[in-house]
Amino acid sequence: MLEVKKLTVHYGIIQATKEVSFQVKEGEIVSLIGANGAGKSTILKAISGLHRATSGEILYQGKPIQNESTKKIVQLGISQVPEGRHVFGGMTVLENLEMGAFLRKDKTEIQKDLKMVFDRFPILEERKKQDTATLSGGEQQMVALGRALMSRPKLLLLDEPSMGLAPIFIKEIFAIIKMINAQGTTVLLIEQNAKVALEIAQQGYVLETGRVVQSGTGKELLASDDVQKAYLGG
Amino acid sequence: MENFIQQLINGLSLGSIYALIALGYTMVYGIIKLINFAHGEIYMVGAFIGYATIHTFQLGLIPSLIISMGFCALLGALIERVAYKPLRKATRVAALITAIGVSFLLQNVMIYIVGPQVRAFPQVIENKVYSVGNIQINQTQITIFLTTIILMVALQFIVKQTKMGKAMRAVSTDADAARLMGINVDNVISFTFILGSSLAGAAGVLVGMYYNSIDPLMGVAPGLKAFIAAVLGGIGIIPGALVGGFAIGIIETLISGYGSSLIKDAVVYLILIIILIVKPTGLLGKNKKEKV
Repeated sequence: MLEVKKLTVHYGIIQATKEVSFQVKEGEIVSLIGANGAGKSTILKAISGLHRATSGEILYQGKPIQNESTKKIVQLGISQVPEGRHVFGGMTVLENLEMGAFLRKDKTEIQKDLKMVFDRFPILEERKKQDTATLSGGEQQMVALGRALMSRPKLLLLDEPSMGLAPIFIKEIFAIIKMINAQGTTVLLIEQNAKVALEIAQQGYVLETGRVVQSGTGKELLASDDVQKAYLGG
Repeated sequence: MENFIQQLINGLSLGSIYALIALGYTMVYGIIKLINFAHGEIYMVGAFIGYATIHTFQLGLIPSLIISMGFCALLGALIERVAYKPLRKATRVAALITAIGVSFLLQNVMIYIVGPQVRAFPQVIENKVYSVGNIQINQTQITIFLTTIILMVALQFIVKQTKMGKAMRAVSTDADAARLMGINVDNVISFTFILGSSLAGAAGVLVGMYYNSIDPLMGVAPGLKAFIAAVLGGIGIIPGALVGGFAIGIIETLISGYGSSLIKDAVVYLILIIILIVKPTGLLGKNKKEKV
């Protein structure tokens, strides 16, 4: 479904990723793990078209998308939950979710999806008239996830969904990610929290200073000595 | 007491004009963090369009307001595309200096076209005076106040209820997240200039009615005062522009009424200095704490 080939991205003169290649098959959860500064978020920004690649290719359903606008990429079915949630503070929970469906015109279907999001996150229905800025971190993460789902993505990009959350919320969010995937959405997940990320992933890649240094199934990576040492404190 | 109420009424109509202009400053700032110093000139152009429609084409107040708003909306969108859009990734100071440049350009183009002299603004409505006791209120003041209220209700509806208005608020809180929703940020920016400039166009016609005179440099002082009003209320915050606009208008008329009209401008600028020292985020502004 998604194939990233030799992707190199610069921030000014700093090279953030160096010829990174990986692929995401339809129906999978794929995790990219790595420490802060390994270039993980940069990869997602390049896929969403927020930041342009210096070289390399991003193929989505066989077609290159690295020069498309973010709007076009969202229309093609790629939705991103950015790092740090980036909900729209000052707007209500409901308005945030509506923004997720910004490009859609099918009003009755939007209402259905809204109901689906509220079924999945009942707390959001209770707070739908509330200013999103007043919600807790975990609830904001739910808003960000729900908002991304409102575009009916085929491929969901998640940037550090566990960041800043209490362990109980991390468990809940990851259970939900698994469920979203089970219902047919492909997931590309980026995490510093390697353990939770690899546990739910079919396929994983380890990034270090902008390069892929290791790859394998989620289980293989969890068992690998290098990953144990570097990320799991084992 | 009567004098106080009289000045309050005068202040409300002047303040509503400041509020209309301040809204344009604050919306544009909210979206692209630019103090659009050419905004006062858009309002000046609006006054001249009003002059042309009323004096030359003999149209009434409402068609004149609509034409002036439409023309200024186009002018504002054009300025954004030509002057500010190419600088989207440049430093903020570059855009700010460009805005000052556009301001001078508009002033001088207008001097070239219509000449530098002050013109009398034609009378467009019959100026009846109503008196309650010793307090007087005239038709012009009522018209200015009502027009402003109608435009503000319309603006509130657009910003709160329409898709484009919601997109505007989304872009102003987080442009990158808005992009991830598929929102075309450039279109939202154009839309913001269109809204703000059309309000300035209306303000131009209203100010012509209020002062009865217009000239190509008339945008400078009210433009600055409206900017101060936006800062006083909290720049980037729409209700702040209303509060600030009315506050500045009322303060100005009270000072002219009780003290001396010679120092009214000085007091307004003094307010700017005080607000920047004491509460730079403005009356309605919150001190933002970054949540990580």
